[in-house]
Amino acid sequence: MVANSKLKKYASVFLASSLVVGLLAGCGSKDQSTTSGSKGNSSKEVKIGLNLELSGNVASYGSGIAKGARLAIKEINDNGGIDGKKIVPVEIDNKSDAAEATAAAIKLATQEKVVAQIGSATSGNTVAAVQIANKNKMPVIGPSATSPTVTVNSDNSVNEYAFRTCFIDPFQGRIAANFALNTLKAKNVAIFSDSASDYAKGLAKSFKETIEENGGKVVAEESYVAKDTDFKSTLTRLKSKKPDFIYIPGYYEEVGLIVKQAREAGITVPLMGGDGWDSPKMVELAGGDSLNNTFFTNHYSSEDPDEKIQKFVEAFKGANKDQAPDAFNALGYDTVYWLKDAIERAGSTDGEKVKDALAETKDLSLVTGTFSVDENHHPVKSATVLEFKDGKQVFNSKVNP
Amino acid sequence: MEWLQQLINGISLGSIYALIALGYTMVYGIIKLINFAHGDVFMIGAFIGFFAISRWDLGFFPALLLAMVVCALLGVFIERVAYKRLRNATRIAALITAIGVSLLIEYTTIFFRGAQPEAYPNVVSSKTFQFLGAQISMQSIMILSVSIVLMLILQFIVHKTKIGKAMRAVSYDVEAARLMGINVDNTISVTFAIGSALAGAAGVIFGVYYTKIDPLMGIIPGVKAFVAAVLGGIGIIPGAVAGGMVLGVVETIVSALGFSSWRDAAAFIILILILIFRPSGIFGKNTREKV
Repeated sequence: MVANSKLKKYASVFLASSLVVGLLAGCGSKDQSTTSGSKGNSSKEVKIGLNLELSGNVASYGSGIAKGARLAIKEINDNGGIDGKKIVPVEIDNKSDAAEATAAAIKLATQEKVVAQIGSATSGNTVAAVQIANKNKMPVIGPSATSPTVTVNSDNSVNEYAFRTCFIDPFQGRIAANFALNTLKAKNVAIFSDSASDYAKGLAKSFKETIEENGGKVVAEESYVAKDTDFKSTLTRLKSKKPDFIYIPGYYEEVGLIVKQAREAGITVPLMGGDGWDSPKMVELAGGDSLNNTFFTNHYSSEDPDEKIQKFVEAFKGANKDQAPDAFNALGYDTVYWLKDAIERAGSTDGEKVKDALAETKDLSLVTGTFSVDENHHPVKSATVLEFKDGKQVFNSKVNP
Repeated sequence: MEWLQQLINGISLGSIYALIALGYTMVYGIIKLINFAHGDVFMIGAFIGFFAISRWDLGFFPALLLAMVVCALLGVFIERVAYKRLRNATRIAALITAIGVSLLIEYTTIFFRGAQPEAYPNVVSSKTFQFLGAQISMQSIMILSVSIVLMLILQFIVHKTKIGKAMRAVSYDVEAARLMGINVDNTISVTFAIGSALAGAAGVIFGVYYTKIDPLMGIIPGVKAFVAAVLGGIGIIPGAVAGGMVLGVVETIVSALGFSSWRDAAAFIILILILIFRPSGIFGKNTREKV
């Protein structure tokens, strides 16, 4: 027992010291990121918080949004800022962790006193900030938080201060169903979805509903679990049902393998999925040949001939060593412009007024589509359908809701 | 011919399980240790093969050989460093050490290269043949033939060579084998080397067949192979092969019947049933525990 209590003592000393170190570290980074002392929003600047995944397992999403947002902020500041005030971004890395995202939101709301928070990239990390946002009257905009739960609670009440720039998950299923029925003239479709992910289940559900509403038939429904590698037996079963279109909502890690194994099993019909397919790894996993005749819905395409998009693509390439912007870059960029528009319409940087202006947005023309905000804080906007041709993503068409 | 196709799918999957199960069973047979790090040796094999093919432009067979050699050395290294000094310790101590080694290998790999998956390059042509209405890919044929050849070589080593005789003797009775002048330490090391080499080969084959590899890929196949080894009768070499094949085919049939989300559950239900009704496995003899 003596040894035990000694151990406990050490443990408590260790815990206490790590807390102190944590606090000190917090103070350190505060000093670095605060540029105007503790005065908050002075009359000459508008402080915007960026609570993003700059490191950790979804760092590529967060840093993509940051790149787009930085470009937009630079452009706005070069053109005189918002009503003559310069935007000052306060970037905090939430390390792809929900607890860190909450801590970052508290810091942005109470210490930095920002007008609004942009981020996070994933729905989970955005949800982590929503309560803080409601309490501190700080609007939060998740650029790519596609889960409906970000803005709408389970009891159907709307989180007043939570917004998103992207369309929600089920919307992609609807677009895909319309594309399958109208463009590809499919009648007997099959669904093969990830049973472990809410994202895939949401897409599959709305896809199925739309297909059945419009006279199509779902001939087979199968599921897999994330991290599976062997899909051959299920695909063989799917093939025997003779579908003329297969919907595969899911993430590229599994979908890449599914597409490859489907083609090996002799399935030649069109395959389609959602924005989870958007990754360079997809081509590596599936192979360019297997990906022919496959489609996916996405927020935007850098190859869209639309003038506004091409202007953005050029500006982004100029600022980022000729790299073409992806959907996250575009969403980050749009989020800043949306916020600018709302602050201008509100005529104030007061959180409550900005929130109202965001909710009242109508027909705002942005890179990822012209959009309005509905009563659930879901943007109503167009989606883009992309097609794979010899391993390259090619713009196919734009589908309006 | 959907069912023929499913059978082929099942046998391809089963032969990978069988290759991994062989290593489990050999090590268990000789020192009564469930080497939980075995699945991670399989993972290392997959990565060695990946680097050999994509970075050093080696073909499939040189990559396979290289992965087997590196894994054999790794297996011997693990045995010498982690397990040898525990040979007279309790079995639970060795088992926990094995889990520790497993985690160490997984997270050391993640530390050095991150957790992101890697896509295997195409080295075997993806041509398919039609056979009675079923599609058979070159890869399935390749997997099956490589697995069979490796298993035949193993049979030859165990039954026709001196070291194989030593292995059988040590697994029968360590003390008596030592009295007969057999170098027990070396024999155990050789067992680890052969078992790990087979796991390495399975890693490369897995990569070629399923394309995606990542540092935690060894966990599930490792556990499934363990089930296969128990199913066939742990410690019995033909049992591991049969167990692997049965498990692969059963999993495929479960998916083929439309219960794809029950596939992993099926493997463990088999394990539970075997442990209840026939703890010594399909090929095992019912022996009473010596007290």
